[in-house]
Amino acid sequence: MLEDKDRIFTNIYGLDDPGLAGAKNRGDWNTTKKILTLGREEIIEQIKASGLRGRGGAGFSTGMKWSFMPKDVGERPHYLVINGDEGEPGTCKDREILRSDPHKLLEGALIASFAIGANTAYCYIRGEFYREAEALQRAVDEAYEAGLIGPDACGSGHPFDFYIHLGAGAYICGEESALIESLEGKKGQPRLKPPFPANVGLYGCPTTVNNVESLAVVPEILRRGSQWFADLGKPHNTGTKLFSISGHVNQPCTVEEELGIPLKELINTHAGGVRGGWDNLQAVIPGGASVPLLTKSICETVHMDFDSLKEVQSGLGTGAVIVMDSMTDVIRAITRLSAFYKHESCGQCTPCREGTGWMWRMMERMSSGEADVEQIDLLEEVSRQIEGHTICALGDAAAWPIQGLIRHFRPEIEHRIADRKARIIKAA
Amino acid sequence: MTNSTRTFKQPDSFEFSTDNAARVETIIAKYPDGWQASAVMPLLDLAQRQYDGWLPRAAMDHVADILEMPPIRVYEVATFYTMYNLKHIGQHHVQVCTNLPCWLNGSEGVIGACKKSLGIIVGETTEDWMFTLSEVECLGACVNAPMMQINDDTYQDLDSVTTETILEDLKAGRKPKTGSQTGRHSCEPISGLTSLTHQANLKSQIEGES
Repeated sequence: MLEDKDRIFTNIYGLDDPGLAGAKNRGDWNTTKKILTLGREEIIEQIKASGLRGRGGAGFSTGMKWSFMPKDVGERPHYLVINGDEGEPGTCKDREILRSDPHKLLEGALIASFAIGANTAYCYIRGEFYREAEALQRAVDEAYEAGLIGPDACGSGHPFDFYIHLGAGAYICGEESALIESLEGKKGQPRLKPPFPANVGLYGCPTTVNNVESLAVVPEILRRGSQWFADLGKPHNTGTKLFSISGHVNQPCTVEEELGIPLKELINTHAGGVRGGWDNLQAVIPGGASVPLLTKSICETVHMDFDSLKEVQSGLGTGAVIVMDSMTDVIRAITRLSAFYKHESCGQCTPCREGTGWMWRMMERMSSGEADVEQIDLLEEVSRQIEGHTICALGDAAAWPIQGLIRHFRPEIEHRIADRKARIIKAA
Repeated sequence: MTNSTRTFKQPDSFEFSTDNAARVETIIAKYPDGWQASAVMPLLDLAQRQYDGWLPRAAMDHVADILEMPPIRVYEVATFYTMYNLKHIGQHHVQVCTNLPCWLNGSEGVIGACKKSLGIIVGETTEDWMFTLSEVECLGACVNAPMMQINDDTYQDLDSVTTETILEDLKAGRKPKTGSQTGRHSCEPISGLTSLTHQANLKSQIEGES
C-alpha cells in the first residue's frame, strides 16, 4: 500500500484550502523556476525516465509524446491542449483535481508548455463541469496575480497564457483530435491520422494533448526526481494513479495508489470491500466503460496496471473500477453501456454510426432473452467488424465490453435465451 | 401534461446584453486572430444563459454574425452538442444520470422520485415551466452515485427521499444543499479516511461546521 509521504495529490478530497496559499503550503510552485532552468531537453528526458504513461486511458509515454514536438519553434506557434473532458463512465478523478488541487495542473501545464516550446495552453473542460471550471479559473487568476504564469512565468522569461474552454456535452471530444476540432469551433468529429497533432494540431500548428492527471503529476516528479517515481509501481507501469471505485462497494471513493496494486487489495483497503463480502462479487470493469469486464476468479489475483490488465484481455483505461455484485444483471449492465456508445457516436464512420445502434438493439434482445443462440456469434462477429475499422477508438470502445461479456458470461446469455423459450412453450 | 406539442415562440431577433457584449469581447480575445470561430461554443452558452436556458435560432444567427461564420456552421455546432437546448425548457433542468455506476446504485429510484414529485415523465416540462426532466449520460461523479445535475450544480449520493427533498426545496424557492446528500465532503470514503489520514482533523472540523 502506498504511504502518504509518496502521495502526489495531497488535497484530493478538498479538505484543505485549494487556493494558492494552501497549494504553496503543500509544496506546489516550490522551485518551479529552478525546474525550468533544467531546459527543454532535460525535462523531457526526466519525464521519459520516470516512466510516466498518460493517465487519460491510452497509457502512452508522456515524455515520448513531448519529444515528438518540433525541436525549434518555427513560424507556427506550438500549443499545449489539456484534456479535461472527463466522461468515460466510472471516471471521476480529473474533476477532483480541478476543484481541489488546481494549482498542480497549472504548474504542470507551465512546465509542459516550456518543454514543448508552447506559450499558450487551452484547457478543455466538459461543459457539465461548470463549478469545476470556476474553481480552476480562481486558481488561474491567483497564478496570474502572483506572476507564476503570464508574460514572465515564475521569473523564467518564458511567457505563458492559460485559457479555459468549456465543452457542451459530447463524450467524443475526449478523443484528442475531436477535442481539437471542437476547440476550433466545429462539431467534435475525430480527424484521420496522420498527420498527428505534434505536426498538425490546433489551428494547423504543432500541438500536444495531455490529460489533466498526467500534467498534474509532472511537477512532483521533477521535484523529487524521476527515480522516485520510477521506483513506485512496477517496471513499465511506474508511479501512482488515481483510482475511482464505484458500484457495489461499501465505501465508493477516489484514492491515489501505486500502479500494480492488487485489485482485491484496492477494493478491500479503500472501498470498504464488496457489498455483502468478497464472495458476493460477480464482475469488475477495471478501467472505465470501454474496457472488457473481469470475472471474480480473475479479480482474485489481477494487479491494477497497464500490462497486467492487458494480459487478462482488459485494460487499465482511466483507472475507473466499477464493481458489480452477484445480484447484478450483468447482461443488462453491458446493454446500458451499449446504449451509451450509440448515443455518443459522432456519426462520421459508418461501422460505428450504424454498428453501435445495431449492437445496442441486439444487446436489448440478449437482455430480454428474445434472441437465438446463434445470434451470440453474430453479435461477436459484427463487433469484430466494427473494431479497428473506424477513424477513432469509439468503435473499439463500443465493441470491447460486448466481447468481454460474451467471453466470460456466454452461459448466462444462453441460459436467458433458453429460459425465455421455455416460458413461451409453457404458456402455449 | 405533455409539452411535446406545446408551442413556444422563436424570437425575431437577439442581442447580447451590455454586460454580455463585454464578455463576448473577452472570450474572443482568448483565441488567435483569424480563429475567432473558436469562440462559437462559449458564445452560444452565453446566449443560452441570457435567454432563460434555451437557444433560439436568432441567437445562433447573431453569434454567426459576430464571428463571421456561415450560419450553417453555427447550427451544426448547436445541434451536435447536447447541452444546447433548442427548445424552451424549464427554469430548473433536472438531469439524472442513468449510466452504469449510477444505475448500479439506484438511479431508477431517483428517476422515479423525480417523476412522482414533478408529475412529468422524462423529456417533459412542467405546466408552469419550472422543471424539465432529462435522463443524461455519465456526469463524472461516479463514486458519489447516484447523482443528478440541476442547471450548474450537482447533487450526489442520492436516494428517492433526498431527491424529493431537493425538488421540494426548489419548488418552494429555497436553495438546496449541493454536493453529497449523505454528509460526505467530496469523494472520500464515507466512514473514515484510508489515505491522507493526517487530514482527519480537517475532516472533523468541516463536519463540525456543517
